[in-house]
Amino acid sequence: MMAQATPDIAAIEAGLARGFVRRARWRLSEIVFWIAALLVILAWPSRSLLFNEIAILALFALSLDLILGYAGIVSLGHAAFFGTGAYVAGLLTKEGLTDPTLGLAIAAASAGALGFATSFLVLRGADLTRLMVTLGVALVLFEIANQWSALTGGADGLQGVAPGPVLGFFAFDIFGRTASLYSFATLFLMFVLARRIAASPFGLSLCAIRDNPLRAAAIGIPVSRRLIAIYTVAAAFAGVAGALLAQTTQFVSLDVFDFARSADVLLVLIIGGTGYLYGGIFGAVAFKVMQDIFSAITPQHWQFWIGFVLVALVLARRERLARLARKALSRAATRLGTAIRVAEAGLPSQGADT
Amino acid sequence: MLTILFDGVAYGMLLFVLACGLAVTLGLMNFVNLAHGAFAMAGGYVTVIVMERLDVPFLATLPLAFLAAALLGLVLERLLYRHVYGRSPLDQVLFSIGLVFMAVSATDYFMGSEQRIIKLPAFLKSRVEWAGVSIGIYRSLIIVICGVLVLALQAVLTRTRFGARLRAAVDDARVARGLGIDVDTIFAVTFAVGSGLAGLGGALGTEILGLDPNFPLKFMIYFLIVVTVGGTSSLTGPFLASLVLGIADVAGKYYVPAFGAFVIYSVMILVLIVRPQGLFARPR
Repeated sequence: MMAQATPDIAAIEAGLARGFVRRARWRLSEIVFWIAALLVILAWPSRSLLFNEIAILALFALSLDLILGYAGIVSLGHAAFFGTGAYVAGLLTKEGLTDPTLGLAIAAASAGALGFATSFLVLRGADLTRLMVTLGVALVLFEIANQWSALTGGADGLQGVAPGPVLGFFAFDIFGRTASLYSFATLFLMFVLARRIAASPFGLSLCAIRDNPLRAAAIGIPVSRRLIAIYTVAAAFAGVAGALLAQTTQFVSLDVFDFARSADVLLVLIIGGTGYLYGGIFGAVAFKVMQDIFSAITPQHWQFWIGFVLVALVLARRERLARLARKALSRAATRLGTAIRVAEAGLPSQGADT
Repeated sequence: MLTILFDGVAYGMLLFVLACGLAVTLGLMNFVNLAHGAFAMAGGYVTVIVMERLDVPFLATLPLAFLAAALLGLVLERLLYRHVYGRSPLDQVLFSIGLVFMAVSATDYFMGSEQRIIKLPAFLKSRVEWAGVSIGIYRSLIIVICGVLVLALQAVLTRTRFGARLRAAVDDARVARGLGIDVDTIFAVTFAVGSGLAGLGGALGTEILGLDPNFPLKFMIYFLIVVTVGGTSSLTGPFLASLVLGIADVAGKYYVPAFGAFVIYSVMILVLIVRPQGLFARPR
């Protein structure tokens, strides 16, 4: 029995390892996507400010995806970390520490520390309590920023944030050229990191917790510790997004803590779909484009249509839509990949639809 | 000092009338309805419009505000909300946030974004001195109306057949259906009454809370605090919670204006941490 069982375990382990490698491998469609995104930004300098906003929103939504899509933690107050990152980065710059990347790192660390501290509140209770607690934390921070005007400028906002050149070379310009590329590069690096986390055994254990915390605990996953870890990481990600906003717009206002910001990022992620990391990016693009179109039609009332989209999404059962979309996407990607591989090998393309 | 207490009680009573509909939907029907404030706003605007355009006296507009908000609630429940019962809290949150956004923009579009003021009749605006305490007539009126409502609601919920059916439908909708209780109608009526009460609260509160298109967002957190802190097993919890919240808020704004809102939010988080499930769970 034992002699028979041992090679089996080895085989299973080898299979698992292969599985992890396969999960972590970059697909061709992903590489194409990132190159295409970079080309779009380079080719369309007049829309740099918009691209900058999209990249920041995408990073923010990505951080929410880490906790919502992977760990299943619902949050109505994710802006707490975004705002913390923004204020930390803004204040650092004002105090003379103008290096942007260092600012990002410190903002990430501060937001992460706040995430770690508040993660213990989020651990307790079910979805409803989590929604309320996260909302409460964001509101408390909003009040602090509002009242402590000696530090934050209160309702007037934090003005005169003037970050130095990125990496010592690339100074920020008024057209947002540097800003958009800087934000895009940061988004890409953070995405690589998030992807690494999601594809790791740690990321898989998060999915297990999301699907069934009781069973996850039964097979030996330390549920609370994992949730604390991912909440902290996601908070740091959100902090980076906030810091990017502070540095590239050179201004921090109270609305970084606003409830609408938490609601918007939730909407962005829901539009894009949760649990596969690209959802935040697609959602951010769709959201900003929608905002652009709607505010062109009705400058003051675009929010109505955003709300309309939300209601429609829920009524049309978003999970089903997301599943359909993902299936269609992956089919298209497989076909594209096969077609390219077939073309490279110089073979006839009959085999393309396998 | 006593005046502040009195104003706080009136404010708390008002909050209760605004939030008790939410206590029913969130606590009894387990539906996270962030759009509750929109119904209150609807009631407020009904009062404003009817008073301005048709010259109806203020007190006569109150039933209208109740009816209009209840009707709106009924229609929305039948058309939209019904489909979202029993979905995940995240879906319900998204759905109701969507409704809030729509309500805020639509109101802004039709009514304009400025704050609306109503003219109270003169006899309501006066104050009387009684045992050294200055008492506003209008606030006493609020306290009376809300007090009567609290007693009536509690009686309906615990004493009548409808209340028993509602509790049965909430505890186990399937069994209740099996016993021949028309669960759908009961939910619809409950939702409508809850919305109507919010509308009444909105109308009464126009003078005290102010009324502008951002009303649903501004007061959403207050309603949620009332419900979360008060618990939802009975109406007594939310009632006490709104009284405490009302007094704390009025007193806080008066004595320590530097961190008025800060204190209530922190208290809410604390309560949620100490009794996370207990506050939302119904006793079985």
